[in-house]
Amino acid sequence: MHLAYPAVLSALLFCTGLYGVLARRNAILVLMSVELMLNAVNLNLVAFDVWLSRTAEETLHSGQALALFTIAIAAAEIGIGLAIVLAVYRNRGTSDIDKLRDTAEGHEPDGPDSDATGRALPAPQTAGEKAEATA
Amino acid sequence: MTPAAAVATAAHATTTTAAEAHGFLSPTGVEIAFLLVGLVTFGAAVITVTTRQLVHAALWLVVALGGLAVEYLLLTAEFIAWVQVLIYVGSVVVLLLFGLMLTRAPIGRSPDADSGNRRVALAVAVAAAGALVWVVVDAFRTTWIDLDGAPAGSTEVTGASLFQHWVLPFEALSVLLLAALVGAIVLSRRAKADAAAGATGTRRDTEGAR
Repeated sequence: MHLAYPAVLSALLFCTGLYGVLARRNAILVLMSVELMLNAVNLNLVAFDVWLSRTAEETLHSGQALALFTIAIAAAEIGIGLAIVLAVYRNRGTSDIDKLRDTAEGHEPDGPDSDATGRALPAPQTAGEKAEATA
Repeated sequence: MTPAAAVATAAHATTTTAAEAHGFLSPTGVEIAFLLVGLVTFGAAVITVTTRQLVHAALWLVVALGGLAVEYLLLTAEFIAWVQVLIYVGSVVVLLLFGLMLTRAPIGRSPDADSGNRRVALAVAVAAAGALVWVVVDAFRTTWIDLDGAPAGSTEVTGASLFQHWVLPFEALSVLLLAALVGAIVLSRRAKADAAAGATGTRRDTEGAR
């Protein structure tokens, strides 16, 4: 098999995931796009490992070992990421990453935690600790 | 690379590949299968990042990940293929669907799935794809994978190399998985303790001590 086939497919998948990360607004859709990018990397690792295992005399199968490690780390990442998204959703009532602008510099539309005023729970990290310190 | 150098490498490529039995215009059956499955995978990935229905995005992600598992099988990496099916299709997509459910994602088309910088994102992605594909095709034009013989990624081979050469990273990875597990539990529990509105007061004491 020509090595360009898996390499090109991997590049295209990576750029698809890149577009998703940049263009999506829902945090879970962004996580899906990150999964696509990680899978593109895995395909590259496996393809080059198969190529190298026939070309080189002695190989450690490092590509496949690293692909397995990437899969495990991606599983850990998706667990932590979803836990963070759910915590943000519970505190803010949204999983829209365009609305999470507490740490943004520059223009602030109308106060740091304006969209958390109507809720029982103020913003997570910074605003939450501030509110608890004043309570 | 300048055009002259590209032409030189192309000429070099034809001379080197003439000795071997490969041809650009005579794809083998494995290559055709890889190409077809790759088209399905890429199409499913594009639909995943462009559809406006959130649950459909997760389901098209299943198609993309399953297609990648088939690609691993075609590359004779069977252990990775089954790990891919088990972990990605089995658990990651289920986790994503649960996440969509718990954040009350709208059923049907949601108008705000894409943010305003879509065109910039498309430009960046197309530029990156063009650059990457050009470089990769230019670099590996004359490289072939030999798929004959014993499979390169059978369970025996993968297990032997994993537990002979990669034992220490493997153990470190298990510690990382444990840390991720504990972290996910802590992240999920702290919000619940907050929701209890400090009835115990322990958390407020810790905040005050901090």
